[in-house]
Amino acid sequence: MGLEDLQHNFLTGRLEDLVKWARRNSVWPATFGLACCAIEMMSVGAADFDISRLGMEVFRASPRQADLMIVAGRVSQKMAPVLRQVYDQMMEPKWVISMGVCASTGGMFNNYAIVQGVDQVVPVDVYAPGCPPSPETLLHAILTLHEKIRTGAITRRAAPAEGEGTRVAGWVAEQPGAVRVSTPR
Amino acid sequence: MSAPELDLGVRRAARPGGTSAAEPGAPGGSDLDLMPDVPRRGGTLVDLVAFPSRERYRDMVAAFRQDGFEMCADLCAVDYLTHPGRSLPEGVRPERFEVVVNLLSLSSRRRVRIRVQVPEDDPVLPSVVDIYPGADAMEREAFDMMGIRFVGHPDLTRILMPEDWEGHPLRKDFGVGRVPVQFKEAPGPR
Amino acid sequence: MSGAGTTRAAGHGLTTVRRPGAWAAETWEGAQELSERAATDLTELRRETGAVLRLPEGAVVDSGDVDVERTSDETMIINMGPQHPSTHGVLRLMLELDGETVLRTKPIIGYLHTGMEKTGEELTYVQGATNVTRMDYLSPLHNELVFSLATEALLGVELPPRAVWIRMLMVELNRISSHLMWMATNGMDLGSTSMMIYGFRERELVLSFFEKVTGLRMNHNYIRPGGVAADLPDGWQDDVTVICDTVMERTYEYDELLTGQPIFRERTEGVGSLTAEEALALSATGPILRSTGVAWDLRRTMPYLAYDQVDFDVIVGTFGDNFDRYAIRLNEIRESVRIVRQIIERMPPGDYRVQDRKVTPPPRARIDESMEALIHHFKVFTEGFRVPEGEVYVAVESPRGELGCYLVSDGTSKPYRLHIRGPSFVNLQTLPVLLHGGLVADAIADISSVDPVMGEVDR
Repeated sequence: MGLEDLQHNFLTGRLEDLVKWARRNSVWPATFGLACCAIEMMSVGAADFDISRLGMEVFRASPRQADLMIVAGRVSQKMAPVLRQVYDQMMEPKWVISMGVCASTGGMFNNYAIVQGVDQVVPVDVYAPGCPPSPETLLHAILTLHEKIRTGAITRRAAPAEGEGTRVAGWVAEQPGAVRVSTPR
Repeated sequence: MSAPELDLGVRRAARPGGTSAAEPGAPGGSDLDLMPDVPRRGGTLVDLVAFPSRERYRDMVAAFRQDGFEMCADLCAVDYLTHPGRSLPEGVRPERFEVVVNLLSLSSRRRVRIRVQVPEDDPVLPSVVDIYPGADAMEREAFDMMGIRFVGHPDLTRILMPEDWEGHPLRKDFGVGRVPVQFKEAPGPR
Repeated sequence: MSGAGTTRAAGHGLTTVRRPGAWAAETWEGAQELSERAATDLTELRRETGAVLRLPEGAVVDSGDVDVERTSDETMIINMGPQHPSTHGVLRLMLELDGETVLRTKPIIGYLHTGMEKTGEELTYVQGATNVTRMDYLSPLHNELVFSLATEALLGVELPPRAVWIRMLMVELNRISSHLMWMATNGMDLGSTSMMIYGFRERELVLSFFEKVTGLRMNHNYIRPGGVAADLPDGWQDDVTVICDTVMERTYEYDELLTGQPIFRERTEGVGSLTAEEALALSATGPILRSTGVAWDLRRTMPYLAYDQVDFDVIVGTFGDNFDRYAIRLNEIRESVRIVRQIIERMPPGDYRVQDRKVTPPPRARIDESMEALIHHFKVFTEGFRVPEGEVYVAVESPRGELGCYLVSDGTSKPYRLHIRGPSFVNLQTLPVLLHGGLVADAIADISSVDPVMGEVDR
């Protein structure tokens, strides 16, 4: 008559794991499609590359209801303050995927008009390369983010560095080395 | 279509001064000899390229409008700072800036280009927004990118750059603004 | 019609505001008298009808200034965008509202300005297509086409017929994919999420064909000055036939889903009307101009490539409203399918690019054999080829309207001035006129029917 007798009727786990499971299986993206990458992001939301199976097809227009900001496209000087404002309006926990080379580093547009990497404005969790990244690449980035959510700490907050911009510091994966997207255990 | 020596698959317009015989089904249209004292010449894929002075620019645009050129297809500005030796017809003094207006006549299916020289020390030109309201946004862009002011435009403010931006990006003395990148050559100016 | 309480003023494109007779709007800038439409000419109309809002972009309202007990004849100016699900990219609109009715509008653009025209001056003509293709990212092949045509006009090269027909095939397929994308987002904006999914499903067929031919789903850099980058793969006729058959059959499904549906018709018929004079005055082209009854399609009236040798109809609307624009785009998909079928039958054999050593690089295999080929390859890809001095303006019919390229060359291997006349940039000027007098929900439908692509608006 101990807890062992109830094994087939209860599942036990750590609270942390349950919270992370809930968080990563319904990451709702905020609509932040800017340029060509936005079209590929919409393709990911459409039938062929369905992100609904990951629980993510609800693109929330209001940043208050969104968890993930996929910065899809080139960020111009005029748009950068808007980007920061939308990011600030999102509730914790929030993540940022920088989709495409223009968002990651400025891409092929190394000039006066484009912010050379969106990580100068917001802290980025995952970078997805490509011009535009094909939907498979974006799915890989999303799954990498899921791994990061699965293995990262839930209460540790990224500490803003001294100086310009914020950097994602203090995230340590439980498994050593790079995060590999393999079949979740 | 009588093919001239080059057949790019792009229809070539008739030469200026002649009739548009090469255009099947193109009715009417004048011989484009309005304001004959304005220097002009032919061009690639266009019936006429006219070079009015700043003072006669608006009259010429209005004359073309009366003549059946219903639409202003494009208005842009060019900075000839590093290419002062471009070829111009007799009687046209080259200046630093040029405003280029491409007009389109739907009824006679032809195009015409107007190029006005705008000096560097006085980059001002009359606006044609009341003749062609579609030039509104195009003139704002020319102002934003090149710094040419259009007198008579209802709202001449920056359209592409932030309102507090300094400088006019498409000018030749405004650098590209490249940041240094590993393995690339030396960074561009600025 | 666009909602309860509005009437359709006969002969114009404007609906009256909800309180008839109240043409004077009290705004921050003072009362604005709106004179009778018949008495003003078009240019004054645009200003005095009060379609366009002239306010500085940075105008913000301090919440302390807002009078919460406002009387009903005050209007408010609200901001829509740039981050908004329905503005088709980063378009910001300042709307002056009287309740739910839109009075004046100011579209604010520049949130995607990439300095592509400046970048174009730094890239050679070979690299230029990579830059230009990202302007109108829904129809990238059209951008590449107009840039290549402009370059070839200055170069004076003659293209082999196969190159011309391959270009035509790719460009028409791109028109199909762009219009399908429009149908998807338009359906989404009007509430039909299934249309979004269907549109993208069909689009995937076209994109996978593009991936097969050009290597990329979007932003292909395939049409280059001198021809195209590579020949079509074997068996392309089968792939394209499948696309044609599937898309054609599915357009009838869309008819059932949308055209026959009463809610869709209520939301689009009579909404966002434009007259032909307004469209011409505002330099609108493409489906917007054709919806007002002007049969202007550059493929028919000023043909380029081989459009004078294929058979297709130009679709023209009557009322200039959103439904006409929807119908035009749907039927243009069908016309493009018709053109593509003719291209499949009539594709000529031959070279896919001009064999001028100075312009196109030699085939890769020859680089191992011939020193000259190696040197030419090196020169073309590092320095680029020189284009004779001159200027040219070339225009093609993109899915959004007249896409033009004004190219000035100074004899070097980089353009001196590259200006792209983006159709959406000019078409956005019709937005204040379309939105005037409608409801906010109609504003969404109107923006969608203008089909702006912010990449080419801002460049």
